[in-house]
Amino acid sequence: MTSTTERTATRAEYCVIACAEAWRDAGEILASPMGTVPAVAARLAKLTFSPDLLLTDGEALLIGDVPAVGAASTVTEGWLPYRRHLTMVMGGRRHVMMGASQIDRFGNQNISCIGDWERPKRQLLGVRGAPVNTLNNPVSYWIPRHSPRVFVAKVDMISGVGHDSAAAAGPSATRFHDLRRVVSDLGVFDFATPDHAMRLVSLHPGVTVDQVREATGFELSLPDDVPVTREPTGEELRLIRDVVDPSGLRDREVRA
Amino acid sequence: MTGAIDKRMTSDEIVGRLRSGMTLGIGGWGSRRKPMALVRALLRSDVTDLTLVSYGGPDVGLLAEAGRIRKLITAFTTLDSIPLEPHFRAARERGAFELVELDEAMFMQGLTAGAQRLPFLPIRAGLGSDVLRVNPQLRTVTSPYEDGEELVAVPALRMDAALVHMNRADRSGNGQYLGPDPYFDDLFCEAADTAYVSCERVVESAALTEHAAPQTMLISRHSVTGVAETPKGAHFTSCVPDYGRDEPFQKAYATAAADPDAWDAFRARFLAGDERDYHLAVQTWHKEQR
Repeated sequence: MTSTTERTATRAEYCVIACAEAWRDAGEILASPMGTVPAVAARLAKLTFSPDLLLTDGEALLIGDVPAVGAASTVTEGWLPYRRHLTMVMGGRRHVMMGASQIDRFGNQNISCIGDWERPKRQLLGVRGAPVNTLNNPVSYWIPRHSPRVFVAKVDMISGVGHDSAAAAGPSATRFHDLRRVVSDLGVFDFATPDHAMRLVSLHPGVTVDQVREATGFELSLPDDVPVTREPTGEELRLIRDVVDPSGLRDREVRA
Repeated sequence: MTGAIDKRMTSDEIVGRLRSGMTLGIGGWGSRRKPMALVRALLRSDVTDLTLVSYGGPDVGLLAEAGRIRKLITAFTTLDSIPLEPHFRAARERGAFELVELDEAMFMQGLTAGAQRLPFLPIRAGLGSDVLRVNPQLRTVTSPYEDGEELVAVPALRMDAALVHMNRADRSGNGQYLGPDPYFDDLFCEAADTAYVSCERVVESAALTEHAAPQTMLISRHSVTGVAETPKGAHFTSCVPDYGRDEPFQKAYATAAADPDAWDAFRARFLAGDERDYHLAVQTWHKEQR
């Protein structure tokens, strides 16, 4: 593999790999990526280990090809306007990777507002589809700037539902609740602990456990040995760089 | 011709039928196919104290800034390519109106219930989220079947009037969308006691499906009270395939909206006159940008 020594993967590319892994062997479900790195990742997954994934053009069409991020699609394989998209969410045939303005230890996510909801310090988007997503189809999160302002002890407005909130709400809430992974610019996290608290799964190369601890506003579950996020293969690097994101949009989202 | 009644009106005639205190639905989604000409006509009127039902975009921003909203029912308010709507943000941060914040799918269920004259429709969404905390009026319902599941009962979103924008319509109110997404405009019309359709062009009924499939006929005249021809009536939001979003102008709007002095100038330049003045001012602005 002479090419990989010449072409060392960047932090953004490790993030792409970590996000793509969320859709490994997913079958015929819709990948809904929010953000650039997840968009690159979903396309990479489809071109490699998850060929049956469904992708959208970001508007109302299911696309039958895999154009570069930002480029136009030339093959339409389906129609997915918002109302059908919401039905697909509720039917569970979708795995969304959302962003988060705040996320806590049990995976509660906030995109609505910062501060008191009655009179917010900073109004954000609103809950959007986070409540329906988290109760109905697999959900992962992508956070390009890992910081204590995002990884908080308690979110101000639960938009996406975390493990503790779903459990408290009862069996209808937990029936299809399925938080898969959190990927940040520092590492990969999941909730595979006895109490479903967030756990460090892997660190991106060059990142230390202390760095993650300092950037996280709650206590993380830490395994004894923390692996490093896997290397992209030479072919995956080629697909990312030459096919899916030739203009390097991923580098605008992740600091080097 | 169908022989059906001629429901053509001007934007101002439509707004003339609206009253302060009404519950008003606005179609489209974010900064897409919003009936902006009707919103601008509304801004020229003295109709206020509105309960607004909208997948929010600049319609919400403009009406919030003008102090016309008493209560907003929404799942989000965004300009899409610009994530945060500055007027909406500022209005929320100063506590300018009451908010009913729902999830997108809960909102869809509410519209569907409204259109079907049901008191509510069930949904799983909302459980475990703070949507239930900030909306203490929301109730749950237990499935009467063996599963016994407890679900959220989304109350019907029933409106006094709805405003939507279509690509084409005929004079009796049959509305056609030619873009890829109907959004929820038919549901808005069916869930409202009166519904008003603005459109890029009013054409003969026979022309509607001359080059388009019949499933583009989104809105049926039985749910429409009035039709207004408003060319570029969704500007600066998108109305594909007739036109995309005017991104440079939207950016200018958002920049001005974030600063009170700049906003005064923006309003004086673009919103002080009628719809024709608006489009002339936008044209002139675009020429200056070159």
